[in-house]
Amino acid sequence: MSLNEIGSMVAMQGFSGLSLFTVLLLMALGLAIIFGQMGVINMAHGEFMAIGAYVVYLFSQLTQNYAPGLREVYFVPAVVAAFFVAAAVGYVVEVLLIRRLYKRPLDTLLATWGLSLAMQQFFRSFINPKEVSAELPEWLLGAFNPTPSIQVPRNGIFVMGLTILVTIGVYTLMLKSRWGVRIRATTQNRVMSSAVGINTDRVDRFTFALGCGIAGLAGAAFTTIGSTGPTSGSLYIVDTFLVVVFGGAANLIGTIASAFSIAQAQSLLEFFLTSAMAKVLTLLTIIIILMIRPQGLFTTKVRT
Amino acid sequence: MASHEMLTIQGLGVSFDGFKAVDDLNFIVDRNELRVVIGPNGAGKTTLLDLICGKTKSTSGTIMFKTMDLTQMKEHAIVRAGVGRKFQTPSIYENLTVSENLEVSFPRGRSAFGALFFKRTADVAERVKNVAEEVLLSEKLDQQAALLSHGQKQWLEIGMLLMQDPELLMLDEPVAGMTVNEREQTAELLNRISKNRSVIVIEHDMEFVRKIAHKVTVLHQGKVIAEGSMDKVTADPRVIEVYLGH
Amino acid sequence: MNLLTKKLSKTDLIGVVVLSAIILVLFPTVFSIFRLNLIGKYLTYAFVGVSLVLLWGNGGILSLGQGVFFGLGGYCMAMFLKLEASDPIATKIQTTPGIPDFMDWNQITKLPLFWLPFKSLTFTILAILLVPAFFAFIIGVAMFKRRVGGVYFAIITQAVALILSVLIVGQQGLTGGINGITDLKTMHGWDIRSDSAKYILYYANGVLLIGCVVFTRWVLSTKFGMLLLALREKEDRVRFSGYDVANFKTLAFCMSAVMCAIGGAMFTLQVGFMSPSFVGITPSIEMVIYTAVGGRMSVVGAVFGTLLVNFAKTFFSEQYPDLWLFLMGGTFIGVVMLFPDGLAGLFERFGKPFLARMTSGKASPKKNDEPTVAVAAALESGGKHG
Repeated sequence: MSLNEIGSMVAMQGFSGLSLFTVLLLMALGLAIIFGQMGVINMAHGEFMAIGAYVVYLFSQLTQNYAPGLREVYFVPAVVAAFFVAAAVGYVVEVLLIRRLYKRPLDTLLATWGLSLAMQQFFRSFINPKEVSAELPEWLLGAFNPTPSIQVPRNGIFVMGLTILVTIGVYTLMLKSRWGVRIRATTQNRVMSSAVGINTDRVDRFTFALGCGIAGLAGAAFTTIGSTGPTSGSLYIVDTFLVVVFGGAANLIGTIASAFSIAQAQSLLEFFLTSAMAKVLTLLTIIIILMIRPQGLFTTKVRT
Repeated sequence: MASHEMLTIQGLGVSFDGFKAVDDLNFIVDRNELRVVIGPNGAGKTTLLDLICGKTKSTSGTIMFKTMDLTQMKEHAIVRAGVGRKFQTPSIYENLTVSENLEVSFPRGRSAFGALFFKRTADVAERVKNVAEEVLLSEKLDQQAALLSHGQKQWLEIGMLLMQDPELLMLDEPVAGMTVNEREQTAELLNRISKNRSVIVIEHDMEFVRKIAHKVTVLHQGKVIAEGSMDKVTADPRVIEVYLGH
Repeated sequence: MNLLTKKLSKTDLIGVVVLSAIILVLFPTVFSIFRLNLIGKYLTYAFVGVSLVLLWGNGGILSLGQGVFFGLGGYCMAMFLKLEASDPIATKIQTTPGIPDFMDWNQITKLPLFWLPFKSLTFTILAILLVPAFFAFIIGVAMFKRRVGGVYFAIITQAVALILSVLIVGQQGLTGGINGITDLKTMHGWDIRSDSAKYILYYANGVLLIGCVVFTRWVLSTKFGMLLLALREKEDRVRFSGYDVANFKTLAFCMSAVMCAIGGAMFTLQVGFMSPSFVGITPSIEMVIYTAVGGRMSVVGAVFGTLLVNFAKTFFSEQYPDLWLFLMGGTFIGVVMLFPDGLAGLFERFGKPFLARMTSGKASPKKNDEPTVAVAAALESGGKHG
């Protein structure tokens, strides 16, 4: 192989790693908000992602059947809708389920696992037991070539753009806005926050809904890369958890760094091994690192 | 370290993100002494106890207990060396009975396998009975700990520590939430048990402190600002300013 | 001196006796060998259920990876049985006779080294007991010494389950891949597929399970058991009473691992195969629900919970397959929110007083109130903590 070809392969491999990175990051951001800020483990997080994906699919079906002329423009509104639908469902779930289990993280884990089972069956029974795909608009298909031998898929660029947008959005919200202050205050000292007039219940609902909405966005992004089925949500859930835990849960930068390194490591290994072994090796490495440094690789000093 | 000293702390310091909770602290407790530590909130009193029993790691200084440097030891080793710590909120096993709470604190069968094969021999039962008597809970041996009154829970926790027969006993606000009557009983209790061990007590109730203290140490912003008998300390202008000033 | 404290009350003994009667007498009398074999399968899951009563109900340590240990035990036994079924005569049509068929299909020509020791039954039995304990030890020491607990620990056990299942599926030549190890015939010449064998295996399984139930009950009655309960609520207090908490947790984890492994091995014997579908995340979490339904603090309850959930699963998957997952999901949520003490809790609250009234006539003596209130309080405080 010529140097050029190797270079292109590395670039494309790097890019495929970036694709995985963006999916993981979008999922992880939503989970980091919920887990890092609220201490809630939502085992149904993957299913919220699936909600987003199915919303885009449904928009695609509607467009195909009733307004084929809108094929090029339906996608962005669909993505926005994915966010809101997922967030709305998250809001309801928070009120009915999560709120009652705040002091019991292990019970929350089990209850949300039950929720995920029910949601998967819901998708199976009421949407489609088989995998479905959205019909993507033209501008998302194919690739463009910055150089003759490097092909950069358009959907990958879209997903990356979306991820950057969401990350900036989350950063701004958490660190620069009034809501962000309220969220962080409630996390750090619930009683005091409530005493100074912050409606902690509303903050919780909003935070959970936000995390689910972001998961919905991840699902919407996912439709540009692959098909969606009832169990799609569970594909990446463990990886997402590990990304969050590895990155230090409460830490935005840590989450980004963690998602990046894990995604790149796995893609790189897939180059040399089968995808199964690459996954095994990546997971094993993460666990071993977590055993040595349980607070995650990218945390700052934690106060006892 | 002189032979009459039980605990010698020198230059102890710990900071959390730049905030010096305990700052270059020197503190000595003799054998069979009952020392009360007082000070306004945030003075570092609980942190001091945390540092001694190993809950928090210091950033500087030494804590010599008999001949051992506690800063180098793990929590359970510190306990086995003879240091007992009572927490601010009663930390007992709610779902066990009083006698089970005490029995579980018996200093034998401390390893995992040891606990598995621990036999409740006569000496254990004897000790449980004696300690229960000391802490005024003889009538409540079969009672679920969760159903005790707040004051009784505090006594139970003291009892659990007594089971270990510690040479240094540390109590964090032992009478918080107790009735006047209970406070009197607790004062008697503490005076009794300090006869052959050293005791450090953190308290806010000055009446109570007067009843029990041999010596008082006043902390403020992580430093010792006064030390001596209760009368001496309460007359100290610095102490008055710290409590009544601002 | 008596090792059993007063915690092992008369009710507990009665519970074990009733359970034994049901498993060893009632079921074999009422059910055909086909159904009995099915129940035997469920009872192997009950090993995991019982292990979680020790680990999770009492120790507060939620492991979402018990399938790993179940699978380790099951695979060890499967490897032994497979080697026996793959003797050169039976496999003479293979390219390489004398090795398992799936290896042959994957163009493997020599038995991998790690399979060799499993030719011996003694080694296999030792492996079933020691390998899971060893793994649990490593994971336990690495996690508990570092004070990793609660949710983090649960996620890590999930990851371990995922790793093992992916590994098994990926290495088809070495492990039989996604189909698992099948076509098992004899154990030391004894045909395990015959009806009489199934009866014997059922009883053996039943006896082993009851053995585990009694063992767990005994452990819970010792000081170790009390400390496990104590550290679930007040880990700090236990540590500051001079106990190295990590050791206690690790020992409990190892004990639970061995129990799961025995269940796995018995599964392989009774059902005749082992596959990675018992190792991963989904089965591991499902096994938690058995304990939750039965009552996470009750050893006998866990067995009943396992039977109930599995009966329901078989029934609903056949009759109303679409409904089953909704039901299962609802059970997780319901048990956590409404019935944290599961069947055992319901029995304590309603069954026992009912029985007491039945047997002692009408009077419900006042002096019983305090213990009942205490028990109720204990159950409430016990159940509230996840």
